[in-house]
Amino acid sequence: MDPSQRSMGVDFLKRLMRNRLAVAGGAAVLFFFIVSAFPRAFSSHDPNRIDVLKVLQPPSAEHPLGTDELGRDVLARMVYGARISLKVGFVAVGIATAIGLMVGLFAGFYGGLGDAVLMRFVDIMLCFPTFFLILSVIAFLEPSIYNIMGVIGLTGWMGVARLVRAETLSIRERDFVAAARAQGAGDLRIIVRHILPNTLAPVLVAATLGVAGAILTESALSFLGIGVQPPTPSWGNILTAGKDNIEFAWWLSVYPGLAILFTVLGYNLLGEGIRDAADPRLRGR
Amino acid sequence: MNGGNAALLSLVNIYKHFPVRQSFFSREMLKVHAIDGVSIDVPYGKTVGLVGESGCGKTTLGRVALRLIAPDGGRIRFEGTDITRLSGEELRRTRRSMQIIFQDPYSSLNPRMRVRDIVGEGWRVHGMGGREEIREKAARLLARVGLSPDAADKYPHEFSGGQRQRIGIARAIALSPGLVVADEPVSALDVSVQAQILNLLKDIQEEYGMAYLFISHDLRVIRHMSDIVAVMYLGKLMEVSPAEDLFRGPLHPYTRSLLSAVPMLGGTPRENIVLRGEIPSPVAPPPGCRFHTRCFLAQKVCEEVCPLLRESAPGRLTACHFV
Repeated sequence: MDPSQRSMGVDFLKRLMRNRLAVAGGAAVLFFFIVSAFPRAFSSHDPNRIDVLKVLQPPSAEHPLGTDELGRDVLARMVYGARISLKVGFVAVGIATAIGLMVGLFAGFYGGLGDAVLMRFVDIMLCFPTFFLILSVIAFLEPSIYNIMGVIGLTGWMGVARLVRAETLSIRERDFVAAARAQGAGDLRIIVRHILPNTLAPVLVAATLGVAGAILTESALSFLGIGVQPPTPSWGNILTAGKDNIEFAWWLSVYPGLAILFTVLGYNLLGEGIRDAADPRLRGR
Repeated sequence: MNGGNAALLSLVNIYKHFPVRQSFFSREMLKVHAIDGVSIDVPYGKTVGLVGESGCGKTTLGRVALRLIAPDGGRIRFEGTDITRLSGEELRRTRRSMQIIFQDPYSSLNPRMRVRDIVGEGWRVHGMGGREEIREKAARLLARVGLSPDAADKYPHEFSGGQRQRIGIARAIALSPGLVVADEPVSALDVSVQAQILNLLKDIQEEYGMAYLFISHDLRVIRHMSDIVAVMYLGKLMEVSPAEDLFRGPLHPYTRSLLSAVPMLGGTPRENIVLRGEIPSPVAPPPGCRFHTRCFLAQKVCEEVCPLLRESAPGRLTACHFV
């Protein structure tokens, strides 16, 4: 490690806070977190309450973002949809990261035949156009939110696996690993206590960027009608309704579109900010 | 040196070659001859200094001695048992009595672990004491190597190079080993700090009675620390002698040239030998005597016959045709 590193956490936060784009991204991420944690604070309407007398109303004081084709409040549906999107994003990335970590640690630490087989499998997985793979898998399964989380997770772990493998290859040669071995530590202890903690920084970056991708994929699937199923609200399926009525109800398309845009942008900016702040070559800037 | 031997560690005819591939398409595997038939004993409680140029295989030999690298040939005997083929639980148990101190105080400590956990890892691995007991033992140990009590809760990056080396020493002696391999423990440190660390190592040896295999390229450090000195060149031992004898009168031409290169302050000027050329590549070591390409005594025979390590004076081993 860099000899000049002082307290790593504080330095890291300082550098992150100096990056205005990352701070803006973090703020967007935080905002959507708060929205999904306290939906009642943002809309008093029931997201599933149908009111046929108020179909496709433009934004008003009563319905700040208008109503949809069944007279449901768009703001309320978006607020609850935020919860779904974040949930899908985090669980899917959680699955992907867990698989990626295990594969990467195993392949990098033991090397040899297992490493070769696993890495060729990663290459094969990367050859598939992921979105169409997800589409065809979902076509066989019931399109539920849990299946979506699982499928996005199972198709998104390869990047993390490669990253972790590369880190593991370099860390396992470091002296502190030899020292642990000399102390009598077994493989499992060396992997969990010595290698894993030192691979986590790049994994955090990959996971943050991965959340953006997962949210985008979920929206696209829901937009195509094979993601989150109505009446459960999601930004993607609000957009579907918006597409049918785009000539006379612009608010149905624009607001969920903006929400997706800002969330994804927020995660991307934050992820890139973390990456830059954690890069030792940029230290002290 | 077999049968009824009193050595703590015996390395017998150790070989280690590392394969290197010339290029992606080449099928021919080249080998780095890191260690080529080295035999050496480390007696109980003594310090054997292993000296040689960079790349001569001394670090590899240290790691082979601890079974951190498996040798390609030869035997390792430790406390009278052959540990060359030990594995699993038996190897783990043996490792309690053999430890290592590293050259680089930055890569030798896990940056994500507290000092207490670094120092106490051996105890935890071997189930020696509960949380509270380990906490106390760690505090005592850190005090012994000259660190303040609050060091236990800090992370390695909060320390200087010398302090980090003290942490590494504490880790190495935590399990009260019989043998400590010190792999260039002071060469990354300032000269003023070097002396402190060397003295700490000596004090600890007196207190705990362990043996050191002390690896260094610095002859002054070796002289300060060693009882016996082994000189290594390109994967082979050139000379093994008691430290006093070796520094008073080196026998092997390589040792003589090494000693003549050490600057003396106000001492009597000695013979001045300047070696020609570079150290040959360990991928293709010269035939015959490894040193003949640079030796001032070299004759025809040196190019063809590899001299064996033999007793050329009482208690002194050399590998040279003319000594």
